[in-house]
Amino acid sequence: MIEVRGLTKSFDGVRAVAGIDLTVDRGELMGLLGPNGAGKTTTLNMLTGLARPEAGTIRVAGIDCTRDPKAAQHLFGVVPDDSNLYPELTGLDNLTFCASLYGMGRAERTERARLLLEEFGLGDAAHRKFGGYSRGMKRRLTIAAGIIHRPAVLFLDEPTTGIDVASARQVRQLVRDLHRGGTTILLTTHYIEEAERLCDRVAFMVEGRIVTVDTLENLLSPVSDTHVLVLVTADPTTGLTPELERLFPHLRFEVVGAREIRVESRQPIAVGPLIREIEERGATVMEARRERPSLESVFARITGIHADQMKREKERKGGGGGAS
Amino acid sequence: MKALTAMCSIMAKDMRTYYLKPPNISWGIIFPLAWTGMFFVKTGTGLESLQGVLPGVVAVAVLFGTTSMLAVTVTFEKKGRSFERLLLAPISLELLMLAKTLGAIIFGIANALVPVAIALGIGGIEGIAWGPALGAVTLTSIASTFLGLFIAVSVSEVFEAQTFSNFFRFPMIFLCGLFFPVSQLPLVLQPLSYVLPLTYAADLLRYSLGSENVLAPGLSFAMLGMFGALLFVGSLHCVRRRWIA
Repeated sequence: MIEVRGLTKSFDGVRAVAGIDLTVDRGELMGLLGPNGAGKTTTLNMLTGLARPEAGTIRVAGIDCTRDPKAAQHLFGVVPDDSNLYPELTGLDNLTFCASLYGMGRAERTERARLLLEEFGLGDAAHRKFGGYSRGMKRRLTIAAGIIHRPAVLFLDEPTTGIDVASARQVRQLVRDLHRGGTTILLTTHYIEEAERLCDRVAFMVEGRIVTVDTLENLLSPVSDTHVLVLVTADPTTGLTPELERLFPHLRFEVVGAREIRVESRQPIAVGPLIREIEERGATVMEARRERPSLESVFARITGIHADQMKREKERKGGGGGAS
Repeated sequence: MKALTAMCSIMAKDMRTYYLKPPNISWGIIFPLAWTGMFFVKTGTGLESLQGVLPGVVAVAVLFGTTSMLAVTVTFEKKGRSFERLLLAPISLELLMLAKTLGAIIFGIANALVPVAIALGIGGIEGIAWGPALGAVTLTSIASTFLGLFIAVSVSEVFEAQTFSNFFRFPMIFLCGLFFPVSQLPLVLQPLSYVLPLTYAADLLRYSLGSENVLAPGLSFAMLGMFGALLFVGSLHCVRRRWIA
């Protein structure tokens, strides 16, 4: 459905997207996962015609979008990372206006808008101005606006960034429902859990390149038999890991935060000796928790970037919100 | 048909959201009145000079009415990213920008009708050639709107659009023969007058509203049409270069 070859884009001499290849099959939900500045939004902008590629080709449903970016725009819906509807229009007016941009007739667009407002739990707010909506409501209406014309392909840019946990859950359910309905979806996210929960396939994007792309099953298979233990200490763990690695050569240690050590092993990890050794070196262990191997481990292993680091970066740049 | 639906909808939305708001309507009435009043106070003349003042007032009303709106309907929407929604719609950029400016053109024409209606109500004007007057007002509105559009798409912030609009508008009032004939300007400034669209608009309005004109009406029509076309093409180029970069 979407076929991208050698897509490249630079801004002021800085390579934002460096010759990426990507294919999204019909009806598939593909996630583009990466930290801030990885080039996810730039990629989406090029796919939708909001930015001009420097090199490469884009085909959506067989239509060459590089030659004529407008040619396939009737086929897709776009939900940007920012809820960019008109604050002075009501929810209903926003949706009917967006429908009219795709040439839908008055009766059809009103009916479709009302239906979506109900489906998205916004029926009671239909006649309230969009500017007065909560962030979660804005997000839901923006998604509704993206699918008002029943697009075959939906591009979602950071769908749950900046909204509360309950709204994020609702949005994820809406995305799942759309996917079940047969819509091809390409979503960008910096929430690893979100990609893991929603996507059929995930592409890891770092510094403008796609470093890995595969199904969740294949991505998780190398870590499926891995045991993970996270130790939280009261004191900084600086300098502790080299000694622990010497004492427990079959374990893999990784310092995640100043007070957090992540331990991985192919065999079950005995917690007692580990805690004893750490405490003998003056650090008090406050918490020890087992974690199931997740996409996070795979992502960190491949890219060297941790989920917390991505969240912190996004929050620093004003993203906020969460994907709980 | 689908493109027409989209165009009409964009225009209707802009009309409802921006143009038909009380501040804009009152501005459209008060502004021409204020200019006329200022002129009478300054010159000390009475109603007998109304016919001479009317073309200038009409031109100013159209110029300010149209250019001031584009900063909102285009630059503000671009800043708030709602303009992206329009860029993603499956209609050509040409049609999209026409839809975004059609409201301003109609608003400009409506602004021109205010001083004409007032002048007719007061009396003392005669010899209006209604056909050419409507043509002159429409072309003036188109050229002014596209000037506003060109400014709106050349900047990033609303305040920049407003500042640049004034940078063009106020000198034009004095350079385009609206209230003082171009021939009375210093010789070095006179050539400058003829590279400004408002000069042709003012002369054409004088011709059609029963005052004395200097240039051939055909030439003024052609020049206004050319300015309109150039500014529109320039605006499209700016959008493609800056907004779909």
